[in-house]
Amino acid sequence: MTAELIQRLSKIVGPRFVSNAAEELYLYSMDPGTMPQAYPDAVALPKTAEEVQQIVRLAGELKVPVVPMGAGLVLSGLTRALKGGIILDMKRMNRIIKVNPLSRYAVVEGGVAQGMLQAYLKKYHPTLKHSMPDAPPIATMAGNMCIHGSGHLSVLGGSHSDMLTGMEVVLPTCEIIRTGSCSVSPDWFGRSPLPDLSGLFLGWAGTTGIVTKLGIKLFPNYAFNDMLIFVCEDADTMPDVIFRLTGVQVAEDMTPWMTPKPDWAKGFLHINIAFGAHSKKELTFKRNLLQASVRHYIDRKTAGFLPLPPTQKNRFLKVPSPDLARFADLRKGGGFEYVGAMMAIEHFPEAYRAGLEIAEKFQVSYSLGARIIGAGHAMMFFFAYAFNRADDEDVRRASEALDATNRAVLDMGGIPWKAERPAQVQIMEKMDPDTFALMTRIRATLDPNHIMNPGNWEK
Amino acid sequence: MEHEEILHRCFRCGYCKLPGNYVDVNCPSYLAFRFETYAPGGRMWLLRAWLDGKVSASARFADILFSCATCGNCVAHCAFPEFKDRLLLVFTAGKEAFLDEGIAPPPVRDLLTKNQIHGNAYGKPARQRTSWSEGTDIPLFSDQEYALFADDVTAYDPRGQEIARSVARLLQQAGVDFGVLAGDFRSDGNDVRALGETALFEDLAAHNIKEMNRLGVQKILTLSPHSLNAMKNDYPGQGGKQQVFHYTQALAFAMKNLKFKTGLPEIRVTFHDPCYLGRHNADYESGRMILRAVPGVKLVEMDRNRKNALCCGGGGGNFFTDLLSGGDDTPARVRVREAAATGASLLAVACPMCAVMLEDAVKTENLENLLAVREVSELVMDASCL
Repeated sequence: MTAELIQRLSKIVGPRFVSNAAEELYLYSMDPGTMPQAYPDAVALPKTAEEVQQIVRLAGELKVPVVPMGAGLVLSGLTRALKGGIILDMKRMNRIIKVNPLSRYAVVEGGVAQGMLQAYLKKYHPTLKHSMPDAPPIATMAGNMCIHGSGHLSVLGGSHSDMLTGMEVVLPTCEIIRTGSCSVSPDWFGRSPLPDLSGLFLGWAGTTGIVTKLGIKLFPNYAFNDMLIFVCEDADTMPDVIFRLTGVQVAEDMTPWMTPKPDWAKGFLHINIAFGAHSKKELTFKRNLLQASVRHYIDRKTAGFLPLPPTQKNRFLKVPSPDLARFADLRKGGGFEYVGAMMAIEHFPEAYRAGLEIAEKFQVSYSLGARIIGAGHAMMFFFAYAFNRADDEDVRRASEALDATNRAVLDMGGIPWKAERPAQVQIMEKMDPDTFALMTRIRATLDPNHIMNPGNWEK
Repeated sequence: MEHEEILHRCFRCGYCKLPGNYVDVNCPSYLAFRFETYAPGGRMWLLRAWLDGKVSASARFADILFSCATCGNCVAHCAFPEFKDRLLLVFTAGKEAFLDEGIAPPPVRDLLTKNQIHGNAYGKPARQRTSWSEGTDIPLFSDQEYALFADDVTAYDPRGQEIARSVARLLQQAGVDFGVLAGDFRSDGNDVRALGETALFEDLAAHNIKEMNRLGVQKILTLSPHSLNAMKNDYPGQGGKQQVFHYTQALAFAMKNLKFKTGLPEIRVTFHDPCYLGRHNADYESGRMILRAVPGVKLVEMDRNRKNALCCGGGGGNFFTDLLSGGDDTPARVRVREAAATGASLLAVACPMCAVMLEDAVKTENLENLLAVREVSELVMDASCL
């Protein structure tokens, strides 16, 4: 079977871009998180949607699973081949197809990296930008979109899937379909007013199709940018603070963070608030609005804004920030993973305390924080735990802390984001049974051969 | 394996794959093959797996390791301070460990054998190292300020020899006091060292140092940035005491002595930073200073320049072993496409390996009508009154 598979994959993408060598099978059996290895049978690197289509056709014929992968940076093991099969590394599909500067959207192929679009816009459309996640710049647009990612414009524009204007998808049954306006028109301006089929591929962890193109919203890239950091000591005040700050509708991004390191930060709750403007006057106006929104707390001397020297401000404004990847080196061990919990902002204090308790219980190095989504409509609260990859016991502790965090999150009404297989099981246990039955029926209809990333979102 | 204690610290975040401005993939071997295994993080994880007994040494594993062009992009852009400084040391140690096991791609084995037996990559006699200057009035080294060292490519490759003559004539005209090193010289050893053959490198270095000491050399001018790197950074560890400069570093300050033709038309030139002059030795300006001093030259930059420059794919012995060849996206082919996209008609280089690699790529890409590759000295000669 494998020999035939490799031979036929080679005919599709060329022998240079197919491998079942031990080296590739080993490396693609895992991601940088804590999930155990799951070996694929082959790795293939398609260049076009037609090649993806042919691979899916072949997989259907041979009843071999297909697992699409972007940069493989999800950390929760979603691109592992749980039932073997072919991992499709999509990063050769890296063309930026078009930018519509007036209607502010871009159309890119499924393997385009976040950093590449950022660089492209900087060069050719410097007045535009897209919402970059905190992931490293090699992370792909499509991968982040498909997991409902969020980023540095998420207060302004919501989660990244809210910024999606349409997709081209290779279905498990081999058709290449389009969702959104591009299914009717040459323009990729949005998902309405049609029945919104994009949801069939968002949050499904690659179990319903393979995204080969996507349209995303772009936003003004301001000439003047600034950052405020609000600091308080009482977690119970955070929901109201977030409510007030988002209420003035000027922030692009708001990211609370609570870490024990550096020492000066320990015990404090910070909120980074990024905002921009076309002029200095407008920037001052927006700063004043933000400051006025939380005047109540400043007047009571229970909280305030942290004075920031310009160099530090620039560091906070850097997008993406390598500081986040550096958390992996906290224990000189090359690893971290986090539970990103989507939840309502009123659960902030509860989530914060749960994070501290779990870190204490499992003796793990932690960083807690959140990204506000929309005008305080939700947040992605993250519980990040660093581990030493070379210490099995340390990895086990982090893994147990993650598992406990997933349970705590579900108990408080949140939902683990980009959930790893064990967290998916926890979610499915809580999910309305009829909803899960519908998910299963939809998936069976789309994927009658059950070849798409099997082992995910199934009991 | 040396440095194995840091292998597990690689997070595989992927900053190493890109330049600092993220415009495109910038790791030569990852660009050529696109499997995660061929990226720096992949090598780190595979080496760890090998030491842990989870992956065996194999021909493919050897190809993955030895295809690293040692360009230093990963070192420049890795997100982890201090750790990143050891990345190339780790890969070199991995190659050394494979060589100790007797596992190397055949072209690597052949290259090292030639260096072992003949003292150079071409398997030619040492006495032919100066044949490029025979029949010219280029002086041999006696007591001049600088001794000009010809690396293997400029000594033995026909195209490299043209470059050597061009550089030497230009240095003469610019009034630089130099003579060509003649004697029993061997390869500079830079690529041998990068391939992990440390003992052979030490032999080559010790031999060359002894010969230079015998001749009373105090200042070396190199034609290749690879020689610069070995002699400046690694020879001192072997007892080398000479000051070492790339020829562009001497020429940049002697440009005022040259006379140029008048009425030269404007020409758009883009400069390709050699990895061993740029990222490895932090000189991004000498080549540009020279080009800016040439009348009519309008210098335009590629998206990937200076610390972000894309390697031609010739480093780490790949110039000789060719482990990166074969696809549409070999580093050299991508690089000449990038150069052509600037609208430049000339791609200036300051390394004989880059010159050969990029000239071949221009032909493969059918860009001959749009773009010519010129070594910096040749470009200056074209405009000067020589």
